[in-house]
Amino acid sequence: MRHHVVVSGRADAQPMVFAHGFGCDQSMWRLVAPTFEATHRVVLFDLVGAGNSDLSAYDPARYDRLDQHAADVVELCRELGLENVIFVGHSVSTMIGVLAQIAAPDLFDKLVLVGPSARYIDDGDYVGGFSSSDIADLLELMDSNHLGWQDPLAATVMGTPGRPELKSELEASFCRTRPDIARQFAGVTFLSDNRSDLARVTAPTLVVQTLNDSIAPVSVGEFVRDSIPSATYALIDGSGHCPQLSAPAPTIAAIEAFVRS
Amino acid sequence: MRIDPAELFDEAPCGYVVFDRDGLIVEANEAFLRLLGLPRDEVVLVRSFPSLVTVGGRIFFDTHLMPMLDLSGRVSEVALELLGPDGERTPILLTANLLRTATRDAPLVRAIVFVARDRRRYETELLRAKLAAEEARAHADALAESLQQTLIPPTPPAIEGLAVAPAYRPAGDGREVGGDFYDVFQVGPEAWLVVLGDVCGKGIPAATVTTFVRHTVRALAMRCSDPGELLGQLDTALSLYPTDRFCTVVVLRLERGSNHWVLTGSAGGHPLPLLRDARGEVRELGCPGPLIGVLRHVVFTTFQHVLRPGETLTLFTDGVTEARRESELYGAERLVDLLTRSDPDPAVITATIVDEVLRFQDGNPRDDIAVVTIAAQARP
Repeated sequence: MRHHVVVSGRADAQPMVFAHGFGCDQSMWRLVAPTFEATHRVVLFDLVGAGNSDLSAYDPARYDRLDQHAADVVELCRELGLENVIFVGHSVSTMIGVLAQIAAPDLFDKLVLVGPSARYIDDGDYVGGFSSSDIADLLELMDSNHLGWQDPLAATVMGTPGRPELKSELEASFCRTRPDIARQFAGVTFLSDNRSDLARVTAPTLVVQTLNDSIAPVSVGEFVRDSIPSATYALIDGSGHCPQLSAPAPTIAAIEAFVRS
Repeated sequence: MRIDPAELFDEAPCGYVVFDRDGLIVEANEAFLRLLGLPRDEVVLVRSFPSLVTVGGRIFFDTHLMPMLDLSGRVSEVALELLGPDGERTPILLTANLLRTATRDAPLVRAIVFVARDRRRYETELLRAKLAAEEARAHADALAESLQQTLIPPTPPAIEGLAVAPAYRPAGDGREVGGDFYDVFQVGPEAWLVVLGDVCGKGIPAATVTTFVRHTVRALAMRCSDPGELLGQLDTALSLYPTDRFCTVVVLRLERGSNHWVLTGSAGGHPLPLLRDARGEVRELGCPGPLIGVLRHVVFTTFQHVLRPGETLTLFTDGVTEARRESELYGAERLVDLLTRSDPDPAVITATIVDEVLRFQDGNPRDDIAVVTIAAQARP
């Protein structure tokens, strides 16, 4: 399947769709998503171009904006026959969720935005945290880190003796994206500006903010909270951009409280 | 005698640094501090590792490096840039694994750091060259494709009373510019020319000759109504053209009659067209002529035929008859047999020939295939 969709949990329960952010794939949720299997239908997937998604479905002309990823989310939910969806997005997928909710307001019950940023580059009074040259720098860095990207994939195809197949496969594809796709996705992510979309979100929304998020700092998370009409806010003590990995327990607690409310 | 471990650590030929899950540096060797140009008390338990690299590196650290370390417990040769006190950048390669200690819940990260200045410069060059090569390749592909489009008229003009069914399939994956061509154009109030040919060779050099031949035929056709004479003049023109390539061509001139077409034609070095009559019998039309652009003062014979409704005439290049499956040729016999069995509709004939020849070669033709089938249509 195009998105490498993995469904678990209770088939008859309210669905939670977890969307990974820039960089890796659905296994970013491996410390958080299983908790919800007892109470919800849990849907994990890879964005087209990432992880084990079907790379032949990646058309650079279509994926040059977040809108196509948002359209994919809507299509995926409809294909699975989901209703009343709780969408949990991390990093760039927070804005993919925002766009999806605007495009299909009836489909979503709630949004959980982990580490959201509506714009990464500073703009007048708005502080995004980055300058244009910072992002150019990132794109260059991504190029230098792709020199050996093909080798682990080759190892997967051949099979790695003495190692559990699943693990090696996961490791091989995790955070390794085809260079041209990774570069375009980095550009689409960090050059996007969704500030004006936030006011159009109609679903109740939780913003999960990490205290020392190096990519989406507190002021950026507060901006998202203040711009979405019915948003609540959970601040997690920790560092880095991925609380679902670095602080899974408080992340789960924040999502659980919001989902139950 | 054991060597002092402190010596091994501090003066290792690489920077050695340990940081916690949040990036805070908890230990570093002297080599690492020298790399930074900072004293120990300004680094250890003070700075976080991401704060020592460029902003791009910080993003990469959070979005790739830590997630990979979390999952697989190690990362290798990650390219980053250290940011010096004055903003100068030092390209490094970082290799890291996890260090579990009894006193901490979360594992620490131990990393070794190598300066990779020369290597990075070389890699940057490589990347630039690779990018340039990819761009050039894409440009060449686009060029070949648009060139090919100029060589093949997309659809023949609609001619009342004459059905024309052409097909062209370039060799290989279809991106190569081939030497086969066809053309259909008006030369008088009631007269049309159909030409099909094959310039030897492939690629841009062959394509320039193909263009020359096609346009020369167009120009000659306006003042020369005899196909044999036309080929003679084409032969002279190609001999004078600065190329050692030759070509093979079939030219048909069709003059509208009351309920038929008066056809005159000539072939130069080319397989003769196959005529299928109303009873389904197939025969070659015309007589073979010499290659064009090879010998001087050659003569091309003009043949004549009255094309009536129910008959079809098929022109083809050697991409059809000389299609190969291992050492076996598709051959004229198979083609004649196909025509004999075929539906008399020219579109069906052309499509069936191309399909069969492609299937014969498992869909990967080694040579271009060009086919044009014409038929006189009865007046209502």
